[in-house]
Amino acid sequence: MDETSLLPDSLAWMAWTWQTAAFFATIALLLAIFTVLAVRFPERERVGVLRIPTTRGDRLFITLLGSAFICLGWMAFASADLRGDLTFALPICLVYALAVFRFV
Amino acid sequence: MEKTLNNRAWWLVAPVFFVVAFSAVVPLMTVVNYSVQDTFGNNQFFWNGLGWFGELLDPSTDLGGRFFAALWRNLLFSAIILAIEVPLGILVALSMPRDGWKVAATLVLMALPLLIPWNVVGTIWQVFARTDIGLLGWVASALGLDYNYTGNALHAWITIVVMDVWHWTSLVALLCYAGLKSIPDAYYQAARIDGASRWAIFTTIQLPKMKRVLLIAVLLRFMDSFMIYTEPFVLTGGGPGNATTFLSIDLVKLALGQFDLGKAAAMSLVYNLIVLAVCWVFYTVMTHAGSGRAETEIAQ
Repeated sequence: MDETSLLPDSLAWMAWTWQTAAFFATIALLLAIFTVLAVRFPERERVGVLRIPTTRGDRLFITLLGSAFICLGWMAFASADLRGDLTFALPICLVYALAVFRFV
Repeated sequence: MEKTLNNRAWWLVAPVFFVVAFSAVVPLMTVVNYSVQDTFGNNQFFWNGLGWFGELLDPSTDLGGRFFAALWRNLLFSAIILAIEVPLGILVALSMPRDGWKVAATLVLMALPLLIPWNVVGTIWQVFARTDIGLLGWVASALGLDYNYTGNALHAWITIVVMDVWHWTSLVALLCYAGLKSIPDAYYQAARIDGASRWAIFTTIQLPKMKRVLLIAVLLRFMDSFMIYTEPFVLTGGGPGNATTFLSIDLVKLALGQFDLGKAAAMSLVYNLIVLAVCWVFYTVMTHAGSGRAETEIAQ
């Protein structure tokens, strides 16, 4: 089925895909969650392995940026048949995220 | 006076939010969207998954080869101009007058190249370096040099580097000058009493006091040179061959010249991520540069 046919005609010319939507929805959701968290539990700076004070939001930024590079690294160095599939790269990102929130 | 906490004022941010969404966020989403698709024109798009990224990051492919070539070229260019402009800027700042009417005159002269639009700088140098009607090119030929910036890659590089130094050293110098001006006279008097040499004054007083502005200068010059487009585009058009095709020039060729939207989108995202990462590192270093030392000083 043509995915773009689900969209109204006025948006079809932008050729949106659900994958792009899912990607940005995830980021928007993360930002929303962290905003709510920041309101409910005010952020406090802390110094970790990077020796710089970071708040929860800073750690989210470091996580997202680092994850992007982990995925790029995966697409650059994984064997040719796994390169286009991030199924294994995303768990690495998750481990990285946990490490950032624990140690940075 | 009692102040009531009221978050309703945040609604005033709404117009900005919508303008930014319209002008920046949605276009960025479009780029991400294009990077996972292919198009043959006619607004027909086909799903390509992460194919472009895989190709882009593999130097053995056509796309990856040109991307990494442009990336190394661009990093080399940034390294060269930083290695020239930063020391030269410091040197210029150190020799600028400190008081009297000369200050204003020097500042105006120094600011002049910064006020010239990029494409005009490119045009000036394009004419300046021509061997038939340009002063630089003509003099180089008259001196017996086989100078030809449109045919010889090394000459093209030298011309672009000199052009960038001509255009931007002033910025480094002015920033350093501001840093130097903030040093109180007492420091110099103390140094004179101690009989400090010129070099000792530079390394122990002037350089540490310039550290912050130097970081800003390095950040600005790195980012500017890493994203440089207009000047080399006007001067050499990325040539001869691809010798001066930096990342932005290659990106424009890919996106607008060949209309390979998918490949160009993937390339611009990777380019953007590199810029973002470098910016974050510089920003972090800049905002925390002084603080770490201050803490140890207090501890002592």
